[in-house]
Amino acid sequence: MVKLPIYMDNHATTPLDPRVLEAMMPYLTNRFGNAASRNHSFGWEAEEAVDQARKEIAALIGADAREIVITSGATESDNLAIKGVAWMYREKGDHIITAVTEHKAILDTCKHLEKDGFRVTFLPVDNKGFVDLDDIRRAITDKTILISIMTANNEVGVVQDIKAIGKIARERGVLFHTDAVQAAGKIPFNVNEMNVDIASLSAHKFYGPKGVGALYVRRRNPRVLLTPIIDGGGHERGMRSGTLNVPGIVGLGKAAQIAREDLAKESAEMFRLREKLRTTLERELDEIYINGDLQKRLPGNLNMSFAYVEGESLLMGINDIAVSSGSACTSASLEPSYVLKALGVGEDLAHTSIRFGIGRFNTEEEVDYVAGRVTEVVRRLRELSPLYEMAKEGIDLKSVHWATEA
Amino acid sequence: MAYSDKVIDHYNNPRNVGSLPKEDPNVGTGLVGAPECGDVMKLQIKVNEESGLIEDAKFKTFGCGSAIASSSLATEWVKGKTLAEALAIKNTDIVKELSLPPVKIHCSVLAEDAIKAAITDWKKKHDDGK
Repeated sequence: MVKLPIYMDNHATTPLDPRVLEAMMPYLTNRFGNAASRNHSFGWEAEEAVDQARKEIAALIGADAREIVITSGATESDNLAIKGVAWMYREKGDHIITAVTEHKAILDTCKHLEKDGFRVTFLPVDNKGFVDLDDIRRAITDKTILISIMTANNEVGVVQDIKAIGKIARERGVLFHTDAVQAAGKIPFNVNEMNVDIASLSAHKFYGPKGVGALYVRRRNPRVLLTPIIDGGGHERGMRSGTLNVPGIVGLGKAAQIAREDLAKESAEMFRLREKLRTTLERELDEIYINGDLQKRLPGNLNMSFAYVEGESLLMGINDIAVSSGSACTSASLEPSYVLKALGVGEDLAHTSIRFGIGRFNTEEEVDYVAGRVTEVVRRLRELSPLYEMAKEGIDLKSVHWATEA
Repeated sequence: MAYSDKVIDHYNNPRNVGSLPKEDPNVGTGLVGAPECGDVMKLQIKVNEESGLIEDAKFKTFGCGSAIASSSLATEWVKGKTLAEALAIKNTDIVKELSLPPVKIHCSVLAEDAIKAAITDWKKKHDDGK
């Protein structure tokens, strides 16, 4: 029997890998030293552990250990990358390019900078979720100091052509940041091959602990300088002050090591399970639509709209399965997902979307159970849906005059 | 979001799901909401010609659990009532019965609108048709 509830929301967070916890334990207990204590063994062993972890984090993305700045997580990494570049290079220019489907940590940071007098171009995406490379080329001016485009999207899992974007940035002498939070540890990601200058990572998205992340900051060709957003003791080469979270960093390092070593095998397995879920649902149910490109996509991501079934009511029916919905009803804002909207998904279908995030600890048995439950509940709710009934009667729902003031 | 037991009960065991023949002169149909807003309710009543009472009611709802529960409850409540009594059902009664949180009040408003729309439709048939 499959154990319930099933966690299949691995874009939101991932469970801590037991091997990661094991690596962290000594640093949560007797090895409690401050990595900045230079004059005793407690400090030395902490520093050594941090150095080792930093090497592993760097190895995951093909970087040098000296290019890794430890942060409290991806939101801080994104803030440091964007504000750090903006303030450091303000003399050079005041223009930033990003895209509408970015995470709020990017969008809201950019909006904050707009209030400080910077100019930001928010590029659109096509209906598959991709930024047009020509749009990027056209948006660059002699005042552009930064391009920030995420590697993989957290809702639809679409993977941008980072290498090509990085090449454009390099040719035009503009720094390139990517939020690689969903991509790192899931798909091959190499800062040198992909021409990335700055990259955000978060431990808890690849089976590490919450509250720790990293920012990759290129040291040469070009050397990237950032104005810190947190001032203090000058830790992390002055870019991020604050006593190092040694157990968290050790966890991040261990998680990076496991992800790097198992990446090929694990990503193939995620893909196999995702495809099984997708094909099973497509076989069992009509009128379901995949949001975002299916090919260039995170292996564990499936974002689907189940026409005529409102997302929250679907979640309520599958309450022994943890997934997310793009429906307005599941958010505080009462607006459906801005990412789906940017892809041109109609609000009617956005309300019916579910995001499945398959992860390391999901099993085939769980995927079978999820496919069965979703099928059963979608069928039941469609029997309850006046829209499904109307569609079956051949009524074009777009032609109906809805009393929207109600 | 935590749902009240009554919402869960209506969601799991919705009352009076289905459709009545739209063309029947004794049936009034209300269709309210819009797919873009994430809620559409269809509520139908069948009025007994002699007694003037609502002898049957059916619904179908596209929407969240609270929307389904609100319309399910509405069909339960209108049955056996006169049109005037049914018109007197207020969304606040539904909110109270189902313990809806503030963000779900619009579901109850929609259910009240659906009752009114069904009655209006029935009245239209009877003013014009007979």
